[in-house]
Amino acid sequence: MDNIAGRKSGLSWAVNLSVVVLVLLWLFPTVGLLVSSFRTADQIAASGWWKALFPSEQVVQLRTGGAEAATQEGELWVVKGNLLEEAEDGPETGTEITRFGVSSKAVDAYAVGEVASFTKDTKTFTMDAEGNYRFTSTKELKKRGQRVFITATLPPEFTLANYDQVLLSGNSNDSMTKAFLNTLTVTIPATIIPIVIAAFAAYALAWMEFPGRALLIAAVVGLLVVPLQLALIPLLKLHLNIGIGKGYLGVWLAHTGFGLPLAIYLLRNYMSGLPRDIIENAKVDGATDFQIFTKIILPLSFPALASFAIFQFLWTWNDLLVAKVFLIDSTGNTTVMTNQIVELLGTRGGNWEILATAAFVSISVPLLVFFAMQRYLVRGLLAGSVK
Amino acid sequence: MSPAVLGLVTIIVGVGGCLGYFYLSNLFLDKVLFPARGPNAGRNINRANMVRPWLFLGPAIVALGLYLGYPVFETLRLSLTDRTQDDAFVGLANYQQMFAEPKFWEAMRNNMLWLIVVPAASTAFGLLAAQLTDRIKWGAFAKSLIFMPMAISFVGASVIFKLVYDARPAGNEQIGILNAVWMQFDGGFGSILFLKVVPVLILAAFAAIVAYVGWLLLRPILDGKDNIVLKALRAFSGLVSLYIAVIALRNILDIIGMDFPYGQPQTWLTLPFYNNFFLMVVLIWIQTGFAMVILSAALRGIPEETVEAAIVDGANPFQIFFKIKVPQIMPTIVVVWTTITLVVLKVFDIVFAMTNGQWETQVLANYMYDKLFRANDWGVGSASAIIIMLLVSPILIWNVVQARKEMR
Repeated sequence: MDNIAGRKSGLSWAVNLSVVVLVLLWLFPTVGLLVSSFRTADQIAASGWWKALFPSEQVVQLRTGGAEAATQEGELWVVKGNLLEEAEDGPETGTEITRFGVSSKAVDAYAVGEVASFTKDTKTFTMDAEGNYRFTSTKELKKRGQRVFITATLPPEFTLANYDQVLLSGNSNDSMTKAFLNTLTVTIPATIIPIVIAAFAAYALAWMEFPGRALLIAAVVGLLVVPLQLALIPLLKLHLNIGIGKGYLGVWLAHTGFGLPLAIYLLRNYMSGLPRDIIENAKVDGATDFQIFTKIILPLSFPALASFAIFQFLWTWNDLLVAKVFLIDSTGNTTVMTNQIVELLGTRGGNWEILATAAFVSISVPLLVFFAMQRYLVRGLLAGSVK
Repeated sequence: MSPAVLGLVTIIVGVGGCLGYFYLSNLFLDKVLFPARGPNAGRNINRANMVRPWLFLGPAIVALGLYLGYPVFETLRLSLTDRTQDDAFVGLANYQQMFAEPKFWEAMRNNMLWLIVVPAASTAFGLLAAQLTDRIKWGAFAKSLIFMPMAISFVGASVIFKLVYDARPAGNEQIGILNAVWMQFDGGFGSILFLKVVPVLILAAFAAIVAYVGWLLLRPILDGKDNIVLKALRAFSGLVSLYIAVIALRNILDIIGMDFPYGQPQTWLTLPFYNNFFLMVVLIWIQTGFAMVILSAALRGIPEETVEAAIVDGANPFQIFFKIKVPQIMPTIVVVWTTITLVVLKVFDIVFAMTNGQWETQVLANYMYDKLFRANDWGVGSASAIIIMLLVSPILIWNVVQARKEMR
């Protein structure tokens, strides 16, 4: 706004730079999780995820040919070949190897070209930078070849195996498929039902005259703030008493109740801003309130309905507490994704590849919704808090 | 029945039931109860219009009353009774028991810390981000990236930050970014700059701002215009701000005198007291986007003439920001602040997933969950829920007063 009076800020590069820093800072943690979900457990443990994006010096274990590849030269059994060509899923041929080793205790003991002699000097091994090697032994070789560790600069490597494990393996501990479906089952009715109820109530509060209206609006504003923690025990008791127990019906009802104040508040604010003429003209033409509501108000209120739908969707999808109290019983068949992740944190706290993938599966849907419908979300936020 | 089918049936029954209820009850009202014809047509129309609002409001009132109104009173009752003695009335015994527990006071202390740090930091970062992104071409894109964590669940964010805080034994490659950065410090010049000078400057700035706010709050008392309640409120909040400023100054001395364990990877979440801040970072990371979006809209709503006039009068950018813009968006800052305060008071998932209240990170909501579902002590659990309710009630009252003012 500084250029309004014809003066451009001389600090625009500093502003740009600060925003870049801020954005990177905010993005960094999420990207870390995303990158980790595409790496194997070994890769995650071996280096920070930020190194995975660039070619890096890595140590890879390969094997020489075994007994069937050996030829006898005098007293020696000799195996020749190319490590990179023989390996099935090793580094690509043409990779430049810098160092090698023959023991896991000293994986980079020798530079290429040097001769390693080991096992009481009965075996020797040497190789060049392209992977061509010569392995000799004074005794007959075993079926499996010699283990060799090579050090080379390798391009970044990613895998989809974690997603396969988490989504398709059917392993009941890691599987997110069931939890994903359960979360959907919780979310969709818990988003739609409060909208319907709230829309009618909001119309009455916005466009109908009756005693006690102001009081009700004030009550809704007050209930917006009531912490749902208060409701846990009384409602759980109520649900158990009337036979709903722990289950989907209970969690739908609970989400409906907890979502209603915001829904009514947002929708009433929006509806009361609609032009009075339209509604009065319709009344003059003989439309009933029910017709006015379904044919005029509802279509016009679409932006507000969408805003609330996004809020409620994000909130129910991301919720942990309500699901834990009203839904998940001791069998664990109705677990939702947030709960599944918390359990994984407990049982597989060190397995970052599983954790990262599971977490990313769970946050991918809200992120999609977020980026697709950001406009409505912002509009709803503004309607809900700026007065 | 499979849950998916059950879900579908519920949607149809729920939505269809709602629509059917509204349609049929209106039909019944207009055609059967008070038909708009015959000798009493006029009176009937008026009567129908008196009843109709309650038809529209019916389901909402029932749901709100049952799911939010009733629990407040039921929780209050539960907090005064003992479940093990057949719900006998025990007066304030549950509260006494709770106040005697050190874990409760730990939760209170931590909650107060959260209440000060998270709203302040989120609003400040949000204001900064709003002000900066409004000035550049790719601002909308930058905003949507900073706003993105809003869509991520607290549990997801906890996993994300657990990876950030991850620690490996010394000698291994660090895979948590925070430890990787930490291991770069070796006690040299850079370490002193980033770990002593910068934090001291930040804390000093914080102390100065808080002290200034405290002074602004206290000064009008001397004028003697306000009534006694407002005076007391001002005196209280002013003194609290000054106290916070003193604490900040004391921390500056601590930082200057502290010996950092360079070269040792830290398990950040088990460092007592400081781990609270590492948990708060998660919520600040989420809430900054919210603050930014709202404050950016407010900044754009500022009349341009005021800014132009300031420029013509020779104000520099900082003066324009702090003396022209910030005072004009003060009401919005208050709204953002209170909204984030509400989120903070209910914060549960982050603590539950990351530390579960161990290592002195307990907060009220998690304390309550512990009492209710692990210790099965409904009395103390309800009592702590009432404490949360008491803490939000000033905001509740303020919101209701604001809403009523607006409607007039």
